[in-house]
Amino acid sequence: MAENIIELRDLTKKYGSFTAVDQLNLTIREGEIFGLLGPNGAGKTTTILMMLGLTDPTSGSVRVCGIDSTSSPTEVKKKVGYLPENVGFYEDMTGLQNLVFTGRLNAVTGNEAMEKAEELLEKVGLTEHSGKKTLKYSRGMLQRLGLADVLIKNPEIIILDEPTLGIDPAGVREFLDLIVRLSREQGITVLFCSHHLHQVQQVCDRVGIFVEGRLLASGDIQTLSENLFSGSPYTVEVGLRNPPQGYHDQNSARWLRDLLGNIEGVGKVSLNYGKYIVECRRDVAEEIAARVVEAGAGLNYLNKKEYGLDDIYHRYFEGRGNNE
Amino acid sequence: MTATVKKRKKLWKADEVVHPFRVIVHKEISDQVNSWRFIILLFIIGLTCFGSMYTALTNIGSAVQANDQEGNFLFLKLYTISDGTLPSFFVFISFLGPLLGISLGFDTVNSEQTKGTLSRLMSQPIHRDYLINAKFVSALTVISVLFFALGFLFMGLGIIITGLPPTPEEFWRVVFFILVSILYVAFWLNLAILFSVIFRQPATSALACIAVWLFLTVFYNLIVNLIAKAIAPSAMASTHQVFRYQEIIMTLMKILPGELYSDATTTILMPSVRSLGPLTMEQIVGAVPGPLPLGQSLLLVWPQLTGLIAATVFCFVLSYVTFMRREIRSR
Ligand SMILES: Nc1ncnc2c1ncn2[C@@H]1O[C@H](COP(=O)(O)OP(=O)(O)OP(=O)(O)O)[C@@H](O)[C@H]1O
Ligand SMILES: [Mg+2]
Repeated sequence: MAENIIELRDLTKKYGSFTAVDQLNLTIREGEIFGLLGPNGAGKTTTILMMLGLTDPTSGSVRVCGIDSTSSPTEVKKKVGYLPENVGFYEDMTGLQNLVFTGRLNAVTGNEAMEKAEELLEKVGLTEHSGKKTLKYSRGMLQRLGLADVLIKNPEIIILDEPTLGIDPAGVREFLDLIVRLSREQGITVLFCSHHLHQVQQVCDRVGIFVEGRLLASGDIQTLSENLFSGSPYTVEVGLRNPPQGYHDQNSARWLRDLLGNIEGVGKVSLNYGKYIVECRRDVAEEIAARVVEAGAGLNYLNKKEYGLDDIYHRYFEGRGNNE
Repeated sequence: MTATVKKRKKLWKADEVVHPFRVIVHKEISDQVNSWRFIILLFIIGLTCFGSMYTALTNIGSAVQANDQEGNFLFLKLYTISDGTLPSFFVFISFLGPLLGISLGFDTVNSEQTKGTLSRLMSQPIHRDYLINAKFVSALTVISVLFFALGFLFMGLGIIITGLPPTPEEFWRVVFFILVSILYVAFWLNLAILFSVIFRQPATSALACIAVWLFLTVFYNLIVNLIAKAIAPSAMASTHQVFRYQEIIMTLMKILPGELYSDATTTILMPSVRSLGPLTMEQIVGAVPGPLPLGQSLLLVWPQLTGLIAATVFCFVLSYVTFMRREIRSR
């Protein structure tokens, strides 16, 4: 069994009367890629700052690699590489010089730092820009340099706060690939913070959904969707060329509901951008197709949908909206 | 290939593990020295230095004739005399010192914050105080080198032009003068660092520093004068009361860092200064007019030095405490 490398216990952070992080309990296992997913202002950055001892928690404890981050931040920072959102570099130094500077702050000799920096610049695809002052770097180039900067200390854990911001699509793919490769090859634990569902879904072993300072759910995507959609785990999208006369929009959804009504396991039917969404408790796509064709409604689209993070995310927000 | 070799050579102590603190200090010093700000300051200070040198040299002749008891400290006169058109060297330094300290320190922490480098730096395994300590040490190093260079340059030019060699005592007095000047700039530097921790915008902290400077040099005197008028004893008051009154006003006037500095440098550069407070007739009667030895002069300025050091340490501790518990977000 993998060890818990990051452990948060009842972690709370208050700014005056405002609670940014509320009684957070979270464990991250060694070697996994964990995605922390949440909307703006959820408290992701605040949580990370507490992990690094850059701000003190109001109550609760943070242990990273078994070390308390609040009382001995320096020890933690030896093992953790942090890429802040909006990373900045010394503008009158070149990319290489910036990296070497960081390397030397981690008690590495100048020559070693230089070698390592050149190697990392190659890895993140900045070799040809290594001699350029970072003042002249583009946003995405800065972000790549940021990743190199995080890796130069040979971290056991890397924490990335919105790392793909400003990188072009091809760059994002490379970036994510690189992260996955590092994690798999060198056993680095990754905490990936984002509100990009698809990127998180692509790379993360487990995700935590974080809203208003509270962790709503955590686990791998499979488990999350099973828990969430236990009522109707399957969805079939149906497209009709000629819905029956006299039925318009919402009414035609009711017509379809009636048509499919006696198939066992069919639940709600709704119309969404010209497609009918049929929620069902078991896999009934075949029967639905048969019924629709029989009724002569001109079946032109049928899609059995699997749940992704997108749906999980939206489902949570729906739930939240209803509670308020 | 050659390019890499060249780059490697430029690195400082490339095959040793250097303590992170020294790495930061090294980087900060090279940043300071390479910045435009420093070049401009150097230009201003060089100019004033030569200006006051010029006035001192043209007026040294008359200074010798008018002089009676300080004739043997002629060399020190180079630093203190003026003909009224341009201030003397030490007055210039007392005026430029705050400017130097403020301009080297006002954006210490907040510029790192606005550039987004602070959170990256603070996520390295270094203690938080390394940053402000290193910035302080590097600015102070730069200032010290600058002041010693200028002070000795002044001395060398003086020797060449007047043909007078300084006596050992004069030499040490000049060294102490330079040390006190560095201490004075260190105070302003720390004040500027404090404001750079408190205010998020470099412009705000620069403005705050200048406000404090203006207050201390211009408005403080006004306020003390108002107080003096308000609490002035009546014409019938006893000598004791008048003396007490004088003492209070003097203390209020002399507590300023600028006053502390100018008192200290006056005493060090003019050996005939015997006291910095009001003297009674009893104290003056029977005193043998003559210059004080260096040790006695230093003893005389001891309170001033302690005051300056205390003010410096106070600012430092305040910025330290503020910074240590601060939350560090990027930008
Ligand atoms: N210094 C502060 N004082 C008061 N409230 C703050 C402070 N810093 C952050 N907050 C609040 O704490 C909450 C969490 O902020 P945080 O930066 O952690 O969000 P986030 O999840 O990182 O959002 P984003 O996705 O936009 O980066 C926000 O509502 C924010 O307004
Ligand atoms: Mg954030």
